[in-house]
Amino acid sequence: MKKILSAFFALILVILALFAFQHYLVAKENAAAGSSNKTKVLNVYNWGDYIDPALIKKFTKETGYQVNYETFDSNEAMYTKVRQGGTAYDIIVPSEYMIEKMRKEHLLDPIDKKRFTGFKYYDPRFLNDAFDPHNRYSIPYFWGTLGIIYNDKFVKKSEVSHWDQLWSSRFRNKILLVDSARDAFGLSLISMNKSVNSKRMPDVLAAKAKLDALMPNVKAILADEMVMYLAQEEAPIGISWSGQAAEMIAQNKHLHYVVPSEGSNLWFDNLAIPKTAKHFTAIYKFLNFMSEPKNAAQNAEYVEYATPNKGAVKLLPKSVTSDRQFYPDDQTIKHLEVYSDLGSRWTQIYNDLFLEFKMTNR
Amino acid sequence: MKKEKLLFSIPYTLWLAFFVVIPLLLLFFQAMTNASGHLTLANFAAYFASGTYLRMTLNSVVYAFLITVITLVISYPTAYFLANLKNRQFWLLLVILPTWINLLLKAYAFIGILSRDGTANSFISLFGIAPQQLLFTNASFILVSSYIEIPFMILPIFNVLNDMDKDLIQASRDLGANSWQTLWRLIVPLSMPGVKSGVQSVFIPSLSLFMITRLIGGNRVITLGTAIEEHFLTTQNWHMGSTIGVILIIAMVATMILTRDRKKTILRRGGRL
Repeated sequence: MKKILSAFFALILVILALFAFQHYLVAKENAAAGSSNKTKVLNVYNWGDYIDPALIKKFTKETGYQVNYETFDSNEAMYTKVRQGGTAYDIIVPSEYMIEKMRKEHLLDPIDKKRFTGFKYYDPRFLNDAFDPHNRYSIPYFWGTLGIIYNDKFVKKSEVSHWDQLWSSRFRNKILLVDSARDAFGLSLISMNKSVNSKRMPDVLAAKAKLDALMPNVKAILADEMVMYLAQEEAPIGISWSGQAAEMIAQNKHLHYVVPSEGSNLWFDNLAIPKTAKHFTAIYKFLNFMSEPKNAAQNAEYVEYATPNKGAVKLLPKSVTSDRQFYPDDQTIKHLEVYSDLGSRWTQIYNDLFLEFKMTNR
Repeated sequence: MKKEKLLFSIPYTLWLAFFVVIPLLLLFFQAMTNASGHLTLANFAAYFASGTYLRMTLNSVVYAFLITVITLVISYPTAYFLANLKNRQFWLLLVILPTWINLLLKAYAFIGILSRDGTANSFISLFGIAPQQLLFTNASFILVSSYIEIPFMILPIFNVLNDMDKDLIQASRDLGANSWQTLWRLIVPLSMPGVKSGVQSVFIPSLSLFMITRLIGGNRVITLGTAIEEHFLTTQNWHMGSTIGVILIIAMVATMILTRDRKKTILRRGGRL
């Protein structure tokens, strides 16, 4: 008994020591960041690795506000946390359909256009979209597309420039498909000349039937793992977002990205202010800071996504902004379509059908 | 003394209440309500009316069954040999060691082994066999799942075999049974409790392995875990997700009942033999 007790207390001592050490580390880190003033904070809730950390440091240095940066890995996870309350985020970065959903559910604060003066820097092509008319609630942060990634060792560009070519029997068991109901149905709908936001049952069922026919060519349905698999050349073709494509291309020079000219999805991640926000002075300082072309360009260089800030585009190297893979030409952009929030009933239908599609035998 | 005992039970009672009972009640509550909060059995009706869910359930059961059988076939002889080894604690440690490694790391290690340019393919290419598609197949899914579950099958079987009174074996030989009879009539029946708890601890988690279905199975292997993930993360239909959760619990209870010990006491000394 004595032995057990002393072991128990030893364990507690060790745990306490570890706690103290952790506390010390955190305190040291805070001191290093140069802010002891706890009230001057800004709580940012963003996707992982989606801002240049140097910019956060610069912001703190210029304004004195300490930035608490927390990350999420899906719009839905972010939405659940914000809706359930108990959080104190000042800035969130939802995708466009989530902006629509959240603004309809009154979870967002409108942007005060007197205090945010940065809209003049943004490309009007990416403003005033249906998901948020007149940008009352959101500022575009990055944008991108859905497209086809191919490996030039095995596939020629002319073989994969259009969605319909993916159904070719040449690509049997060669395609990695993104694990997302909206995107899988989106490409199927586009290939039939229908809207990606279709709420007509015959269209959606036809899209499902067409997807089923694609299944023999689909090797796997993957999320972020696709980056690794395509970079390792496990498969020659992938269907995914431009952001992932950029990551893959950085790892393997044989990979290229095409946005089919007949159309695709155009997505936005946007800065928005949730209802839980408290530090409004800091919020507007941050929004204006991030919209400064110089800062937006630095951020775009770090994140490697396409920026909607036309002031920043001018500052970026020509090699980046003239890359048609990530800054497609006007003709292609005209054909791109933004997802709108389908509402819970149709979201369920799309996802149930997607689940059914996944169960299709090879 | 009585009071003291009650005092000691407080931490675990609280733990049970907060982390077992209340979550279970919440799960059942979610499963029995719809989006507007009304009590309903519609979720269960939807589940049983949907061919997709039923096929998925069947898939899950078949895969879990295969994984259980494979692990059992490998584990029983292993446990038997381990129990008869001299330094058995050391060898047992080697069996348990892989469970100390994070599941995700093990899955990624298997990607390295099974991918097109992976170890397995370079090995068979030594014999002039062209690279095979190993990842994203049913076989690779079952292989990796079995690998992950094996320690949980070996341990309970080993414990039972290790605790078995060696005098019983001696006695069986003295009474004229040959070694095959001893194994079949004595050791196997006596080790059944271990086999049963092994089956329980492998079959039940195997029903909803979802990370492996994605990483190794490439979502070409679909189990109920995939559906639960979708309902909680994508469609946010927590009610349907909970319904599937409840059905998994029911499957678990069924497994427990099927594999429970019918005889309360395990015969040791002075039993039937």
